Amino acid sequence: MKQHLLNRKQIMNCFLLLLACLLSFTDVFAQETYPVNGVHDTRDGKYAFTNATIHTHYNQKVENATLLIEKGKIVSVGTSVRIPKDAVTIDMAGKHIYPSFIDLYTEYGIAEAEKSDHKWSDPPIYISKKDGAYSWNSAIHPEIEAAELFKVDNKAADEYRKLGFGTVLTHHQDGIARGSGSLVLLHNDRENKVIVNDKASAHYSFRKGHSPMSYPSSLMGSIALLRQTYLDADWYAKAKPQDEEGVNLSLQAFNELQNLPQIFTVVDRLTALRADKVGDEFGKQYIIKGGGDEFMRLNELKASNASMIIPLKFPEAYDVEDPFDAQNVSLKDMKHWELAPHNARLLADAGIEFALTTSDLKKKDSFLKQLRKAIDSGLSEEDALKALTHTPAKLVNASGEVGSLEQGKIANFLITSGPIFDKKSKIHQNWIAGQKHVLAPIKDKDLIGVYDLKLGDTDYTLIAKGKVEQPDFLIKWSNKKKDRVKVNHKQEEGRISLNFNNAKDSTSHAKMGTGIVRLSGWLSDDLKTWTGKADLPNGEWVDWSAKRTKEDPEEAAKAADEEEEEKDKKKETAKKAADTPQEKKRNVLTPITYPFLPYGWEEQPTAETVLFTNATVWTNEEDGILEETDVLIQGGKIKSIGKGLSAPSGAKTVDATGKHLTCGVIDEHSHIAISRGVNESGQASSAEVRIGDVVNSDDINIYRQLSGGVTTSQLLHGSANPIGGQSAIIKLRWGMAPEKMKFEGADGFIKFALGENVKQSNWGDSNTTRFPQSRMGVEQAFIDHFSRAQAYGEALKGGGNVRKGRKAAPSGSTVRRDLELDALLEIIESKRFITCHSYVQSEITMLMRVAEQFGFRVNTFTHILEGYKIADKMKEHGVSGSTFSDWWAYKYEVIDAIPHNGAIMHEMGVTTSFNSDDAEMARRLNQEAAKAVKYGGISEEEAWKFVTLNPAKMLHIDNRVGSIKAGKDADVVLWSDNPLSIYAKAQQTYVDGVCYFDMEEDQKHRKAIKAERDRLIQKMLAVKKNGGKTQKPMPKQKKLYHCDDLGEEEHEDFYHEHHKGHW
Amino acid sequence: MTIVHSYILRAFCCLLAIGSLFALSVPQLQAQNPSVPTPGGNDEGCTVLMGGVAHLGDGTVIENSIIVFEGEKLTLVANAAVAKGGWESCTKLDITGKHVYPGFIAMNTHMGLAEVGAVRATKDNSEVGDMNPHIRSIIAYNTDSRVTPTVRSNGVLMAQVVPQGGGMLSGRSSVVQLDAWNYEDAVYQADGGLHVNWPRMLNYRGAWGGGGVEKKGEKYLKNLDKLRSFFAEARAYCAKENTKGQKENLKFKAMCDLFNGKQKLFVKANYIKEIIDAVHFAKAEKVEMVLVGGNDCHMALDILKENNISVVLNKTHNLPRRAGEDIDLPFKLPAMLQEAGIDCAITVGDGWDGFWDQRNLCFEAGTAAAYGMSKEEALMTITANPAKMLGIAETTGTLAEGKDATLIISTGDVLDMRSSHIEYAFIQGRPVDMDNKQKALYRKFMEKYGKEIKQH
Repeated sequence: MKQHLLNRKQIMNCFLLLLACLLSFTDVFAQETYPVNGVHDTRDGKYAFTNATIHTHYNQKVENATLLIEKGKIVSVGTSVRIPKDAVTIDMAGKHIYPSFIDLYTEYGIAEAEKSDHKWSDPPIYISKKDGAYSWNSAIHPEIEAAELFKVDNKAADEYRKLGFGTVLTHHQDGIARGSGSLVLLHNDRENKVIVNDKASAHYSFRKGHSPMSYPSSLMGSIALLRQTYLDADWYAKAKPQDEEGVNLSLQAFNELQNLPQIFTVVDRLTALRADKVGDEFGKQYIIKGGGDEFMRLNELKASNASMIIPLKFPEAYDVEDPFDAQNVSLKDMKHWELAPHNARLLADAGIEFALTTSDLKKKDSFLKQLRKAIDSGLSEEDALKALTHTPAKLVNASGEVGSLEQGKIANFLITSGPIFDKKSKIHQNWIAGQKHVLAPIKDKDLIGVYDLKLGDTDYTLIAKGKVEQPDFLIKWSNKKKDRVKVNHKQEEGRISLNFNNAKDSTSHAKMGTGIVRLSGWLSDDLKTWTGKADLPNGEWVDWSAKRTKEDPEEAAKAADEEEEEKDKKKETAKKAADTPQEKKRNVLTPITYPFLPYGWEEQPTAETVLFTNATVWTNEEDGILEETDVLIQGGKIKSIGKGLSAPSGAKTVDATGKHLTCGVIDEHSHIAISRGVNESGQASSAEVRIGDVVNSDDINIYRQLSGGVTTSQLLHGSANPIGGQSAIIKLRWGMAPEKMKFEGADGFIKFALGENVKQSNWGDSNTTRFPQSRMGVEQAFIDHFSRAQAYGEALKGGGNVRKGRKAAPSGSTVRRDLELDALLEIIESKRFITCHSYVQSEITMLMRVAEQFGFRVNTFTHILEGYKIADKMKEHGVSGSTFSDWWAYKYEVIDAIPHNGAIMHEMGVTTSFNSDDAEMARRLNQEAAKAVKYGGISEEEAWKFVTLNPAKMLHIDNRVGSIKAGKDADVVLWSDNPLSIYAKAQQTYVDGVCYFDMEEDQKHRKAIKAERDRLIQKMLAVKKNGGKTQKPMPKQKKLYHCDDLGEEEHEDFYHEHHKGHW
Repeated sequence: MTIVHSYILRAFCCLLAIGSLFALSVPQLQAQNPSVPTPGGNDEGCTVLMGGVAHLGDGTVIENSIIVFEGEKLTLVANAAVAKGGWESCTKLDITGKHVYPGFIAMNTHMGLAEVGAVRATKDNSEVGDMNPHIRSIIAYNTDSRVTPTVRSNGVLMAQVVPQGGGMLSGRSSVVQLDAWNYEDAVYQADGGLHVNWPRMLNYRGAWGGGGVEKKGEKYLKNLDKLRSFFAEARAYCAKENTKGQKENLKFKAMCDLFNGKQKLFVKANYIKEIIDAVHFAKAEKVEMVLVGGNDCHMALDILKENNISVVLNKTHNLPRRAGEDIDLPFKLPAMLQEAGIDCAITVGDGWDGFWDQRNLCFEAGTAAAYGMSKEEALMTITANPAKMLGIAETTGTLAEGKDATLIISTGDVLDMRSSHIEYAFIQGRPVDMDNKQKALYRKFMEKYGKEIKQH
């Protein structure tokens, strides 16, 4: 033990060192521009830390090693380091030395972005108001440089230092293209001294932040804006369009940042995938700063190849003591609570490279606690260390400077009392660039042993046992268990003070009075003798002394009565067990389901071979409705239809006697499964935005609609502007990731809109300035946009190149690729097709005429409530009509809507469908079809096509879906009754031969949901019982989007009436 | 041609005209405005409906029925096989194979108070102020609404017209029949319901405020206290024996009928804890309460049953409020209430579509029949049960001798859109013109296109 002690000289050195720390280092030989006030005080800062366990890398350590530093750099590390005579040598026996941590996601030293004073009620801003030759959009500011905004903030730095950080990457956390980040050290020095790399990274997000501009107002708008910025920057660099664009400092800066590590911030797992997709398009591999829920979509994230920066934000348990309150916590939130601490280890298991960050924590100082939770949940200590040192250094190309302890690197290291992630270990010192920061003083005096204590005239036994760092003291005066008392102590420098409670005066055999007995004294050089003064409870001052008689820790423990100690230990373990019931390392308790919602799959179901026998089959083909017929599906396709089909081996046979088999329902107009905004309402045209970028696979309404027989939906942009965004056609493959839900090879569609919504009739008095404000203006907006698109097309051709695809402008072309005009040009070229929100006959005719003028046809009018008035014109133009069965009276432009509309259009030869535009009605579209029989008297067979074959035709997918025909996709529904009947229930729904909904399975899901809830509720109750923090549960429901919903909100409150919107 | 027949003919004149069955009907068509059909005239004679499947609304079905009404009232509802006659002189309507039902009653609606959802000038369903018991919906009820005839032709013949918006006490509702010249003519029961929007327990902040949720409690209890105080003061006011010389308080005065049992309290609450508090409130106030909304009522079956509270459910065609709830919870809620012995009515609700969409009322009930109720039980949720809750069950809501001849005749099962087609309706014995603006537009354009008019 003794060799651990420092000699007097070393103590003196420590003192000097401390003194040195108070002054800044200045290199005597180096030159600098800053003048010095006073005499030059330059030092080498040469230190040797000896006898330590040095973790040179996250996965390498050297025992009994020496670390030698000088001028803030590491000179050498290892067991054979020659210590120069002029080095201050500090014995670090028993201590561990680690590279200090690196946080890549901070805003250290940078003031938060100022909020704009633009109020909601002010007129909207369409062009940036920023001074200077910058981007038109104030969310694009790549010109912002962290190094210019950066100011050393010692108080903030100290917060990081206390957690073991030595280096952070800092950037201005605002906007979409955010600018550059700087890698800085956390010691206290001038800005130019702490910056390691002023331009270390480039930063992006999909949040416009404090930009007060209208555009973008949605996630898909943010994605489009960023994509366009890449194209613009490319054009600016290659075409040097000084005549057209002039100087654009933002685009210039954007280009300059391209070779740096590109860091993209997202809020959740799906957005991480979206960011990666943008990166793929432009040849960038982003480093993605995630939201902490990555475990919900690990496979896709792994496939993205992105490295990640992961916060350790874990949701608090919910207060579920009241069973009604508990109802308000979703199973998803409960499971998230349980699994969040496992996120990091699941990422590690999946082989995803990641760094950890303190970001997103409500209180930064909880970082180490959270980290321990992650380790308790199975994250290996090596992986944890890697994620805090090696990986972050590597990600920002700073491995040459930080992240490990090697010759030539910056002297950033931690001195700890033990292995760094041990619960009892302490970080004593955090050295940054050779500057020492003391976090917890090193208790280097070994006081363990048994002492003869003389207090006044009375003799006692004083025992110091346990750890050298934190010994436990007790006094006993006999071997009886009751004759002992715990002693509090404090030892500092060469002084010691002790105190204990003399509860009863019989505690000792001296009369000293009851109360606290306080002793203060000093230690001899050899630490064997302590002497001093004591103040007794009775007010008497006496002398005291203690002499060490035994030094062996085991003997000390023995003297303290081990039996007692064992008991304590048992108690402690019992208490621990209660704190973390059932929790075992690496044992994930709740299954991860896909999607991570109730009714999700633990294992994604696969295509089956199924023979449906003896069904009434609605073929939607020439055969019409076939009675007592068999249908075989195999390999995801409809194999055969007929009587007496035999089941291939391995096939499942479903007796469909008395039941009806149809193809799946197709919803031409849906807004489910969309993330953060269904309208990009910031401009009159948003042809560049794509619903396909924001498909949300994790929407419970997908499952609910499968239970209503829906298998395919067109997810449409809203109707807030004349030219909306591009739609996505998805199959309801519940559990699959967004990209896998998309209908393969489907034609591109785009939403247009007319009437009250686009002229902002019902938006209040502050929205009266965006053109157009009347139907008259809407026509001109279309003509203007199409004319521009036409000119754009000509320009592209004029470059001598005919465009191939949309991926890049032809080589040599100086035409700026414009995503908006691309989409409009596609329409003119009949490569993209319009679904237009429409109500009154005048505007419907107008759009047909505009289309004809530009040589294309409108594909579909949706809503089209006055279609019946001009069904003949529609037929002639060749447009389809996708309408509501019977809605009206909700706004003025539907005053002449009639429920016979569908039937009339159909009778006139217009391809007609009924759609939902509504998450609730979508699961009853089969019943809506029946209304075409009720109002207008068309046949049931034709009415059924309103929700199946006809929408398939409108979406150009009738070659694959929309009827029961051999070779088509096995998207089939087994109904308990005639599908037009209100009593009919979808018993099974298949997509591509995969059974995604089954009534019996549904019952099992319900039981499993209940069981899982019950288990998690018990677990949360235990947290509260043991004094853990909990949060109040509030019911949330997924927002149901409609045509005119604005903004990015994702959730609605409990009271929100199911509101079909204003279409 | 009897008067009854002429009305029926008029209702379907166009169909007949196009079918060239009765050329005589054409001049009548030109004389009418289908947007605002003319109310049926009083007929002191008697009418007999022969051979229909009668769904009485009390759970019973008479497969082959004889139904006779004279003036306003039903005089015979019987099985044709055992009925002894006496209707020989009545106007006969052979409805063999067709279905007869009591007219439907739309609860908690703003039909007639609103015409076009997004056009403020057409809306009279909400008044400013926190405590508005003095507000009466009936005087704003528009008998000439273009919407009402479209709802009526789907079988809704009566409605509880409710002032819905505003504060905690939104006002008083009246029951109307849907074939009238003016509101005084329409009124079936005046000012019978007092409507409470129960205060909200959960306070949310919008996304602009950080997207989070506020802590709950404080404001809720304050509002509750406000409500209690208001009731206490009103009760004291109404207890005064002599109010001469006192300044009249319109708000308190409007509450007196509630305290003396002439009015019912309709409380709109959806969250489980609010439902519990509302029930306790009504119990303490000793007033008769009907719960409106009731999304969470499946968690409150015991307390509802115990306190004899009936429930007006807001739509079966709804989504569960919570992601993990049974996907068919809103569909099966009526059956769950029924099984617990709680009277349940269904309405299309007080939302944005709460007036025009009442035309789908029978299908809301149909869904209840698909999910656990029998068809006859489901029928009761839009006929007998609403009548009971409104306190008008003695005279209407079921087909029974002595009650109003307010009924509909459908070609098939009225609860299923596949077969629901209402051919005739009578309100208190008066034949109802089943035409409406939408049918007229249908005819107009089918004629333009030279197409054959089919079912409408």
